[in-house]
Amino acid sequence: MQLVSKEHKTKLLYDHYMRYLFIASASLMTIIIVTIIVFVGGQGLLTFKEVSPFDFFFSAKWDPMGLEYGALSFIVGSLAVTVLSILLGAPLGLAGAIFMAKIAPAWLSKIMRPATDLYVAIPSVVYGFVGLTIIVPFIRTYFNVNIGFGLLAASIILAIMILPTIVSISEDALRAVPKSLEEASLALGATRWQTIWHVLLPSALPGILTSIILAMARAVGETMAVQMVIGNTPQLATSLFMPTSTLPSEIVVEMGNTPFGSAWGNALFLMAFVLLVLSLLMILIIRRIARKKVI
Amino acid sequence: MSAKVFDKLATLLMWLAGIVILGILAAFLLFILYKGVPVLSWDFIFGKSSDIQAGGGVGAQLFNSFYILLLSLLVSIPLAIGAGVYLAEYASDNKLTDLIRLSTESLATVPSIVLGLFGMIIFVNALGMGFSIIGGALTLTLLNLPVLVRVTEEAVRNVPVHYREASLALGATKWQTIWRVVLPNSLPGIITGITLTAGRALGETAILIFTAGTTVGRQIVNFDVTSAGETLAVHLWYVMAVGLVPDRVEIANGSGALLVITILILNLLFTIPSRILQRKLGAGGH
Repeated sequence: MQLVSKEHKTKLLYDHYMRYLFIASASLMTIIIVTIIVFVGGQGLLTFKEVSPFDFFFSAKWDPMGLEYGALSFIVGSLAVTVLSILLGAPLGLAGAIFMAKIAPAWLSKIMRPATDLYVAIPSVVYGFVGLTIIVPFIRTYFNVNIGFGLLAASIILAIMILPTIVSISEDALRAVPKSLEEASLALGATRWQTIWHVLLPSALPGILTSIILAMARAVGETMAVQMVIGNTPQLATSLFMPTSTLPSEIVVEMGNTPFGSAWGNALFLMAFVLLVLSLLMILIIRRIARKKVI
Repeated sequence: MSAKVFDKLATLLMWLAGIVILGILAAFLLFILYKGVPVLSWDFIFGKSSDIQAGGGVGAQLFNSFYILLLSLLVSIPLAIGAGVYLAEYASDNKLTDLIRLSTESLATVPSIVLGLFGMIIFVNALGMGFSIIGGALTLTLLNLPVLVRVTEEAVRNVPVHYREASLALGATKWQTIWRVVLPNSLPGIITGITLTAGRALGETAILIFTAGTTVGRQIVNFDVTSAGETLAVHLWYVMAVGLVPDRVEIANGSGALLVITILILNLLFTIPSRILQRKLGAGGH
């Protein structure tokens, strides 16, 4: 007599092969990211056959017709909007997170959670369109400038777009701080604000930093909203109010005009590769922070 | 200033921040709806778009948005569930698992324009699909995958251990346990994740411009996956950035409102009730 029935054997066989199917679909994530790095990087690095790395990174002369491929103004533009949007958005987002985690009555927190989800759900073209119809004219009127397109308009829109990232991740971090720490501080006679400032915020710092870095990753890669309000002019920005460009906005404006494989097209791919490397760096930084949290 | 006065002041500031955050959102939504809803008519929502003349609709774009979304979900959901189940049920604490996690996190932060260019190299050029609905849908899959994987993993992990133990103790294989016990119980979480992903994918633009293109076929309802398929979000960007139609602001207003209304409905239908449900289940305790 058989110890294991034929039917059961088939079941065991299924069990065995499903395991491989699961591993395969999980490994696909690694295959995809590696393929992206190889193909975007490979296409982009072809630029250096015709353009010197020094010119690409340190020259602001971008004139594809005249074979000049200096991407400095886009790199500066991207870094500037990222830093400015964090400066504008992070304090508000963090204050909102503290409010939701510790101050707001329960019913208000319950409204604010889905509200932050809705922030994420609004498409970036819609953010850009509202920026174009409200923020750009607003800047033109109140800052008394001719154009209104530029770093400030892009940073304001980005500051709004990164709010949900900062609010939701920081709020989780604040809520995760053990109650006992908070109670000890309050029992020692500290006010609520002193407790938040001296106990809660330092304990939640890794989570807060993570939220800020993720927000930076979102800001640096944002394409549509920025493209609609930054003015799309390849020049080095020397003020907050002059039209300029960022890496993604320039890619989206010019990619349609370039023949695939031309030096111009490759330079745009190289800009995409720079973006990719920046966002991967941010992931590595977040991992470092997370590892410290355990210790 | 005494600590108590400072505490009051800080509390006031935090309240202000909360109100400002809600206020910005409300202002945004009201502005989009106020500008766009008057534009929405049967002819606009289901009509054909026009390149030069005023009065074009967005019917084909609306169809393409959902068609591309559906195709990309068909590809990404099985893969994401596979990967999520692996991470939650099989993965041991080794280098491979760590690499897969790092890859998923990295994929989630790749800017969408980079994914778009990657899709352009692979699907549009190398595989010869051209600007097409299928090219757009496959590239969009890359955006959906990491979010869906994370959500699935979380949902699967939330299924209580004793459910699995009971199933295994009855002699079920691991696969039977996953298929009959774990997956059905993690379904609410997975559905919420799919809705969030769908909302994001519907509004996605940068990925689709260079993969699905900025033109539409002749028919409004066009199931041919090899034809170019401009979506609603791409259309909104295109008419504002490059469009020649005289009523482009109207079209943008209408498209914006239509997009936001669609996404709001999607969220209300699935996300919010399932959140409430989850919280109730969580509060009930095990």
